Amino acid sequence: MMLLSGDPPRSRVLTIVLLVIILALAATPFIFPGAKAMNVAAKICIFAALVASYDLLLGYTGTVSFAHTMFYGIGSYAIAIALYTMGPNWGAVATGIVIGLPLAALLALAIGLFSLRVAAIFFAMITLAVASAFQVLASQMSWLTGGEDGRSFQLPDLLRPGTVLIPKSLIGFEFNGRTLTFYLVFVASTLMILALLRVVNSPFGRVLQAIRENRFRAEALGFRTVFHLTYANCLAALVAASAGILNALWLRYAGPDTSLSFSIMLDILLMVVIGGMGTIYGAIIGAAIFILAQNYLQSLMGVASKAAGEAGLPLLPGLLHPDRWLLWLGLLFIASVYFFPTGVVGRLRSGRAGKTSDAAH
Amino acid sequence: MALTLETRDLTIRFGGHVAVNNVSCSFRPGELTAIVGPNGAGKTTYFNLISGQLRASAGHILFDGTDITQHSAPMRTRAGLGRAFQLTNLFPNLTVEENVRLAVQAANGTHYDMLRPWMVRRDLIARADAILDQVALGSRRGVAATALSHGDQRKLEVALMIALEPKVFMFDEPTAGMSIDEVPVVLNLIAQLKQDKSKIILLVEHKMDVVRSLADRIIVLHNGQLVADGPPAEVIASPIVQEAYLGVAPKSAA
Repeated sequence: MMLLSGDPPRSRVLTIVLLVIILALAATPFIFPGAKAMNVAAKICIFAALVASYDLLLGYTGTVSFAHTMFYGIGSYAIAIALYTMGPNWGAVATGIVIGLPLAALLALAIGLFSLRVAAIFFAMITLAVASAFQVLASQMSWLTGGEDGRSFQLPDLLRPGTVLIPKSLIGFEFNGRTLTFYLVFVASTLMILALLRVVNSPFGRVLQAIRENRFRAEALGFRTVFHLTYANCLAALVAASAGILNALWLRYAGPDTSLSFSIMLDILLMVVIGGMGTIYGAIIGAAIFILAQNYLQSLMGVASKAAGEAGLPLLPGLLHPDRWLLWLGLLFIASVYFFPTGVVGRLRSGRAGKTSDAAH
Repeated sequence: MALTLETRDLTIRFGGHVAVNNVSCSFRPGELTAIVGPNGAGKTTYFNLISGQLRASAGHILFDGTDITQHSAPMRTRAGLGRAFQLTNLFPNLTVEENVRLAVQAANGTHYDMLRPWMVRRDLIARADAILDQVALGSRRGVAATALSHGDQRKLEVALMIALEPKVFMFDEPTAGMSIDEVPVVLNLIAQLKQDKSKIILLVEHKMDVVRSLADRIIVLHNGQLVADGPPAEVIASPIVQEAYLGVAPKSAA
């Protein structure tokens, strides 16, 4: 209970779903050792943390920010540039972290203090402008960032696929540097989500919710809300940058498409909404559903289309053709928002009568 | 030194309209001052000026020896000015308990603690529970504030102010819209607070029987101006009040 900061999933189905997702992710290296499965699992871990940090802003404070991918990108680029210029050693990894995280936090602090005083729409616009500027900057400063090509780099020896830590003969699957990197991603993401769960259930987190509910009243209680919002913005930026670091380490690459593009921002928004805003747990569910659909819907449809064709059904083979997967993905999202307006977590929790009081009782 | 709260020539203009006009008045600890006047007299505006939701166009507010005219609302709250709002002003989707706990943590100075979860803050939880019992909302603790009846929302509003442990209590029509059987809970609470002679209590109220039973002093606002000030019996009997206030609302004069 202390680990979850007194905020358990509060729904049996939700608990089971979460456990299945987490266990499946933890077991991926030895159940599905293929490269694609590993990539999907790592991406789910990274996005769960990234989306949870966005939930801290959108779900808990009610602030809409469009700069979240910028912080994600800062983390990615910091580690990529450090490893690219300094070579594959741990000093470079440390340098990337020591430069990336404070840079993200400082930028978030500056944006927050400037624009969180005023109307929320202004903050949204400022973040959009800053994020766009940052994206242009990253592609223009190609001497540093590699421009549109991004930066590919080598990892330190320990994290390379060629480094066999435990041979296959011993435990049935090969535990190599790649596996170690996967668990690094898994553990770091888990810790970040638990830390966010702690923050939202702390007195500070309660003030964030109060600001979302009624900022005027929160100020009348004596809270200087601009500082709470700014700190939340910094925390979210720190976690986003950390997720960016993990992403770059996993891909051994940082570029505009994988870490800065605006489509990532949209993905984050969709994952928060699908999973359920203001719950943190929703981030795990949203990331899992979204990324699984993104990666497997197409091949699933290929199988379905072929089966329908062999069965001689009219129209269906065409409708289910793998090239139409984006159409179905879109329909899936519309349906999920329509049927679960409070997200999957909200839907599962509302199955229980009334709002329960804190688990402390 | 005893607590002091004073407004000097306090004025606020909205365009050409002067809502509060040169109001000078000082409030003493151990005294419950009722502020009466017809609708639109500037009572709530006067409250908003004192608690910082509005900034004065002219004049000064002195609290505990400090000029707080330019201080923000959060600063004034932390200095000890507690305010309950006329229109219920809560955190609608948080539970009753969470609402009160927010005020308790504000009073405790727990603003930025993000490392410890609420469940370990037994001291704050106990304090919030005590206040919930005090306003007879203990049985509704797990309900979202928005789902409460109007009367219970008013009680929660008062609970938030009590939880702040202020030096000055400002009640803005605490019993408005309450059912007959709910009114005594709030009135008893105010009577209880009056026992502590170190506090200043300000009360905007329309119900004359409530004013008569609780107030040690009445000030009358009319068109933004202070038109009468004194002991209840004297003020109610004065011609200017008969004309300006009771004349407008004859039913409450009964």
